[in-house]
Amino acid sequence: MTEQVLARDASRRKFINWFLATSAGAFFLSVLYPIARYLIPPQAGESTAASVTLPIKLADVKPNSGQIFKFGNRPAILIRTPAGELRAFSAVCTHLNCTVQYRSDLTHIWCACHNGHFDLNGQNIAGPPPRPLDQYVVNVRGEQIVISKGA
Amino acid sequence: MGVGGTGSLLTLGFLAVVAWPMPAEAQAPPEGCVACHLEIGDDRLVTPAKEFQEDIHAAKGFGCTACHGGDPKAAGMEAMDPAKGYIGKPGRQQVVQVCGRCHSDARFMRQYNPALRVDQVVEYRTSGHGRRLLEAGDTKVATCTSCHRAHTIRPPSDPRSSVHPLKVAETCGACHGDAKYMKGYPVPTDQLEKYRRSVHWKMMSVKGDLSAPTCNDCHGNHGAAPPGVSWVGNVCGQCHTVMAESFAKSRHAKVFAQMGSPGCATCHENHEVTEAGDEMLGLGAAAVCTRCHSSEDRGGKTAAAMREQIDTLRAEYDKAHTILQKAEHAGMEVSQAQFELNEAKNALVKARATMHAFTIEAVKREIEPGLQISAKAYERGVRALEELQFRRKGLAVSVVIILALIGGLVFKIRQLERR
Amino acid sequence: MATPDRRQWGVWQWLDERIGLADLAKLARKKEVPVHRHSIWYYLGGMTLFLLMVQVTTGILLLLYYRPSAEEAYESVQFLMAEVQFGWLIRSIHSWAANLMIFTLFVHLFSVWLLKAYRPPRELTWLSGMGLLGLALGFGFTGYLLPWNELAYFATKVGTEITGAVPVVGSFLGRLLRGGDEVTGATLTRFYGIHVAILPALTVFLLGLHLFLVQRHGMSVPPNVEGHQAARRVMPFVPNFLLRDLVGWLSALAILAALAAYYPAELGQKADPFASAPVGIKPEWYFMFMFKTLKYLPASILGIEGEIVGVIGFGLGGLFLLLVPFLDRRTARGEPSHLFTMIGIMVIVYMIVLTYLGYTEVATQ
Ligand code: HEM
Ligand code: FES
Repeated sequence: MTEQVLARDASRRKFINWFLATSAGAFFLSVLYPIARYLIPPQAGESTAASVTLPIKLADVKPNSGQIFKFGNRPAILIRTPAGELRAFSAVCTHLNCTVQYRSDLTHIWCACHNGHFDLNGQNIAGPPPRPLDQYVVNVRGEQIVISKGA
Repeated sequence: MGVGGTGSLLTLGFLAVVAWPMPAEAQAPPEGCVACHLEIGDDRLVTPAKEFQEDIHAAKGFGCTACHGGDPKAAGMEAMDPAKGYIGKPGRQQVVQVCGRCHSDARFMRQYNPALRVDQVVEYRTSGHGRRLLEAGDTKVATCTSCHRAHTIRPPSDPRSSVHPLKVAETCGACHGDAKYMKGYPVPTDQLEKYRRSVHWKMMSVKGDLSAPTCNDCHGNHGAAPPGVSWVGNVCGQCHTVMAESFAKSRHAKVFAQMGSPGCATCHENHEVTEAGDEMLGLGAAAVCTRCHSSEDRGGKTAAAMREQIDTLRAEYDKAHTILQKAEHAGMEVSQAQFELNEAKNALVKARATMHAFTIEAVKREIEPGLQISAKAYERGVRALEELQFRRKGLAVSVVIILALIGGLVFKIRQLERR
Repeated sequence: MATPDRRQWGVWQWLDERIGLADLAKLARKKEVPVHRHSIWYYLGGMTLFLLMVQVTTGILLLLYYRPSAEEAYESVQFLMAEVQFGWLIRSIHSWAANLMIFTLFVHLFSVWLLKAYRPPRELTWLSGMGLLGLALGFGFTGYLLPWNELAYFATKVGTEITGAVPVVGSFLGRLLRGGDEVTGATLTRFYGIHVAILPALTVFLLGLHLFLVQRHGMSVPPNVEGHQAARRVMPFVPNFLLRDLVGWLSALAILAALAAYYPAELGQKADPFASAPVGIKPEWYFMFMFKTLKYLPASILGIEGEIVGVIGFGLGGLFLLLVPFLDRRTARGEPSHLFTMIGIMVIVYMIVLTYLGYTEVATQ
């Protein structure tokens, strides 16, 4: 073997080692990157499908008022009865799925689409809705309001 | 509303009710009637005795004599002594009095069912059936027992009852759907057939929604009569308030009244109310507007414009809904966008209701915000799918890296094994 | 590569003095892999091992978000897929690698069988391998239920009902497995415990034994190769074979990533114990041949319920598989054993045909 061949071999080996090390490094990064992102807690701290903490403070919910909130990807309604009690229902009207609202003048829940009325227990009392609204469980943790699907 | 000449008859009826012996308190009657009737072997006599055991009246402790009179204590034929009040099978007209004796007595009825109304007889007298029977002596018309049966009376909430919401149409239809029986009366006999094709019956029978209307919800039950042309809207408006309100303020309300056209039923039919769809509006083949309007007149133009508005929103909503669903199935987080898109659906439903005002502006007021919401949601869907594209790009990058590493390894193996 | 100057390297030396790295290096240098026309099958075990590592890694990551209760399992997986960054990737890889791992495991098993690598002194290696197969199937069966979706729920219902057909102890076993008489939230919690604690612990033990035995005996050379080849060719395990292993592993990883990106694991509908079973519920593909066999069996065979006969049959089949090294006397004596080659091929054909039928036949209940 001549000197030349030896030198070529050496530089070749060096290149292969460099290439191997670089691609191995890139490989580890490409594995670690998704794992690192996976470990970062997502914005919504936990699944909102079964329970949700409302972005509303207890003090801001006045008696005889209601507000819509997002429960999963469906609307739900939190109402505070004139007597001060908190209740939550699915806000999806049982007639044609419009979003219901609270009418403080009527002191009950109302659907604007076809004038459906629901009482403070979610029972359909007038208009076309055929079934009551699904009720959810309201829990108050300090100032926080937590809504969950019933057991 | 007095009906002139019937005054004396009415009084007579009332007298009859008052003159009848006071309703007996219910007591578990050790009745001889049943014992014999079950043995007799003549079906006409056995069946009532048998059936009555499941009747609501039997359950409340009433016996045969409560209606038929006679002496429950007598063991033989002497029980059926007219002197002891025995009346046998009450005649058609008599039935109303027999039932009304208790059912019109508020004081008596409240011992059994305080919630039950006591004005059935009064109502009945105002009904088509009642007037014919009591004024014209027409015994072919319905009386209490025609609908409630004689010996298998059950509360309307009992699914076996002939007046349970699911059975009402059949019960009325037994006569009204029978062309032979109804011959000579100026009413059609296809209502039952038509009703069975209606969305109301579908809701009731398929979806089990017992609050959907059946015959009596529009015609009344004891006061049964056709809703007049002028107030058909009131009947439908009981449930369909928003449409009825819009309609009442519309130009059509006035014009239809002048034309003697029956309000809602002009477009939606009366018994065969099929599911209303967007195709009814506009100038298309299935559109009802074309019965009076054409593309030439203002009404036709308005119809076409309203339809276009609604169609546009529906298409935009569908587009947004589809793309969001696609993104969701691919595992993307789009719940906020889906949540907001609900509002567009609301707008569409509302536009379909307010189109009964028959003005473009009213429809537009609902449609426009709906379009904006749909557009925004669609935008989000597009972005979510782009993010999915990003996954594929990420995959491509990592595969390239892996391939490079594999290449390096192969070179290394070659280099090691070169002799 | 052990270059001479490595010995002078500080850390190496420090560790060497304490745990004897030099001995390990010597061991590694001594390990050789025979080279012949069947060498390719030597990669299967390592591939399975790699996929198990992927499972352990992704499984542990999944644990960070998963919640093992009927109320929350489905929701937590949904959350993982939709909200957690790269959650879809981790879950999809876990689900795909599980399938690939079972596949390579079967290939490993049958290659070992056909190459007669179980002959003395490797009977215990075979036994521990069979144990690992059982554990892997257990992983698959218990893991399938964890997302608590409709499909998994009913597949598990059917699967655990089959244990009821085992004579004498069947109903007890069924109850034990389900944590009650029905598949409920209690079953989910139980399966979860089995999936993430019991099976991994047993796996560590059996896998340790398996690898220890492999290391102790070296790779077996198939009898039909042993005789023919005059000069026995070998390849050092480190680095030559290991580098080749790595190439295979990386390819598997690339395939996994592609599968996860194009066919992410689905979730479907949440399980509803009160709903009627959907049509065409299927077990995982590796249980399909058994599922299908049980379906084909007549209602009663010789006066015994068909399903019971089937379950007993599979029990005996499993026992036979376990005892192959002891039953195959010819191979043990160093003679060619065509009978066992034939049996092996028949088992493979049987499994493939029934699995194929299971997937092509129209789903009717
Ligand atoms: C120590 C090792 C393991 C841990 C900690 C682990 C953990 C988990 C967890 C938490 C889940 C539920 C999340 C989900 O369903 O997506 C799961 C699912 C699953 N696991 Fe594992 N696992 C391990 C090993 C294995 C092995 C070896 C197999 C293969 C035989 C396996 C097969 C499965 C399957 C098939 C699923 C269901 C995947 C799906 O969601 O579709 N696991 N595992
Ligand atoms: S959608 Fe609510 S009343 Fe029609």
